[in-house]
Amino acid sequence: MNNYDIVVVGGGSAGLAAAIEANKNGIEKVLLIERDIELGGILLQCIHNGFGLKVFKEELTGPEYAERFVNELKDMGIEFKLNTLVTKINPDKTVEYANAEEGFIQIQAKAIILTMGCYERSAGAINIPGNRPSGILTAGTAQKYLNIDGYLVGKRVFILGSGDIGLIMARRMTLEGAKVLGVAELQPYSGGLTRNIVQCLEDYDIPLYLSHTVSKIVGDSKLEKIVVSKVDGFTPIPGTEMEFEVDALLLSIGLIPENGLSEAAGILIDNRTKGAIVNESYETSVEGIFACGNVLHVHDLVDFVTAESRRAGVAAAKYIKNELIKGKSFETKPLKGINYIVPNKVNIDNLDDKLELFMRVDAVYKDVVINVYGDGTLIKTMKKKHLAPAEMESVKLKVSEISNIKDCIEIEVLV
Amino acid sequence: MKKSMICIVCPIGCHLEVESSSDEFVVTGNQCKRGPVYAQKELTSPTRPITSTVKIENAIYNRLPIKTSGEVPKAKIMDVMKEINKLSFKAPIKCGDVLLKNVLNTGVDIIASRSL
Ligand SMILES: Cc1cc2nc3c(=O)[nH]c(=O)nc-3n(C[C@H](O)[C@H](O)[C@H](O)COP(=O)(O)OP(=O)(O)OC[C@H]3O[C@@H](n4cnc5c(N)ncnc54)[C@H](O)[C@@H]3O)c2cc1C
Repeated sequence: MNNYDIVVVGGGSAGLAAAIEANKNGIEKVLLIERDIELGGILLQCIHNGFGLKVFKEELTGPEYAERFVNELKDMGIEFKLNTLVTKINPDKTVEYANAEEGFIQIQAKAIILTMGCYERSAGAINIPGNRPSGILTAGTAQKYLNIDGYLVGKRVFILGSGDIGLIMARRMTLEGAKVLGVAELQPYSGGLTRNIVQCLEDYDIPLYLSHTVSKIVGDSKLEKIVVSKVDGFTPIPGTEMEFEVDALLLSIGLIPENGLSEAAGILIDNRTKGAIVNESYETSVEGIFACGNVLHVHDLVDFVTAESRRAGVAAAKYIKNELIKGKSFETKPLKGINYIVPNKVNIDNLDDKLELFMRVDAVYKDVVINVYGDGTLIKTMKKKHLAPAEMESVKLKVSEISNIKDCIEIEVLV
Repeated sequence: MKKSMICIVCPIGCHLEVESSSDEFVVTGNQCKRGPVYAQKELTSPTRPITSTVKIENAIYNRLPIKTSGEVPKAKIMDVMKEINKLSFKAPIKCGDVLLKNVLNTGVDIIASRSL
């Protein structure tokens, strides 16, 4: 059986950054495994720009961003396999994979970094009365068809859900000659970045129907018509129906971390993030198995994926070098207004000089305060002009500010 | 005149407050120096970058992603798209290659945004 120090599962932006950083921190035997025909992950189909402002201080498209990391990985001589599916990982850090040349193979790692990304919620995940004719697909699938294969999935399009991928696709399909009739969002606020509302919808006069949903799908084998209704909570309000004749309905209704492999390995999952429960070193509940990127929690900006994955790569390298300190940790707990916090546990001995906590709020807030408590005592307050679930927030705490905490850090939004 | 707008220069999306009079243009709420520049331009002559794909042969995929080297006037986006859709290339292409110079006299080039 082949032996590696670190095996990285998934060659998207998270896997690339983690593998590079582990290697830079002195770990020689790193293997990156990717199931697709090339490295880069979801970025390759995100041809629009807006990537890299924090990491490279310039604005790149998805493929450009990916190419820089792929080139760096190759220049460093880090080993990688393409067209190779990881089928199982085990708590003893054996990894099973399959590809056409080698067949089914098992290898032994000292540490594993999970970077499998996420998948899109699809039509099966929501209740819309009516058939499921052809023409209903996720926004990411439509993005792949259009940007990689050059195939436009419809001429008259409606989009359900205001997630970023849906907004980006509204503009993209308009530029390619499709008529995008509207975007319906169940919530009273958008699920995408404000920048995308302005640039992708307002620029092209595409209406955004907040507090609306698709209440009916009409068509036998092919999609013909959808009915859109205003909602009261989640229930369509009778009498508010609008009909749209469409040949495509794109779903942009959320991303879910891809944790089949993690769960099978017995890794504990946080039911808020749907990603692994991790500590300050991005180590999961199984020792020596780390997680970062969209498989840990869904990110809207790739720059944050890269930053997080670099930290995970450094931590995995420390683990190999026996430099990760085991010992007492405290927990991080979301209070009112906060949906989740990553990481879930913190052992202060493994921090350099600061702790950065990432979180999402549960609604849109204006002119509020974020309060941070250590063992019940207020340790930090931050004024915020604008908070939205679509925009990840972070709190930086100096080690000196948290060195006495025993049980927990709690964070809340104070209205 | 007072106006609220969202800066779209980068994905952070700062909420800007613009106060303008005949001789002054004051912007607040920005986190970087590009905010005020954006606000002034957006209110006078808005421009946008364009990203799309063009046909490519002999590569692992049929489409090559492209971008404009700078921003084009918002009103010209659809015309520039028509020019982009006329282009066709054969692999290999390198990321950054100029595919079309000075599209429609905008002073902006069409460049490849990946190697294929
Ligand atoms: C459809 C879609 C569109 C997106 N669009 C944008 C956008 O426009 N802008 C933006 O900032 N962010 C976007 N995101 C978010 C984006 O995914 C992140 O910003 C970031 O690129 C994620 O990186 P990652 O490495 O965590 O995941 P990914 O890039 O998804 O990489 C995961 C990789 O793991 C591989 N993999 C998974 N399971 C296995 C296995 N068992 N064996 C081997 N390989 C495996 C996959 O093939 C993939 O290459 C989008 C996400 C999705 C799903």
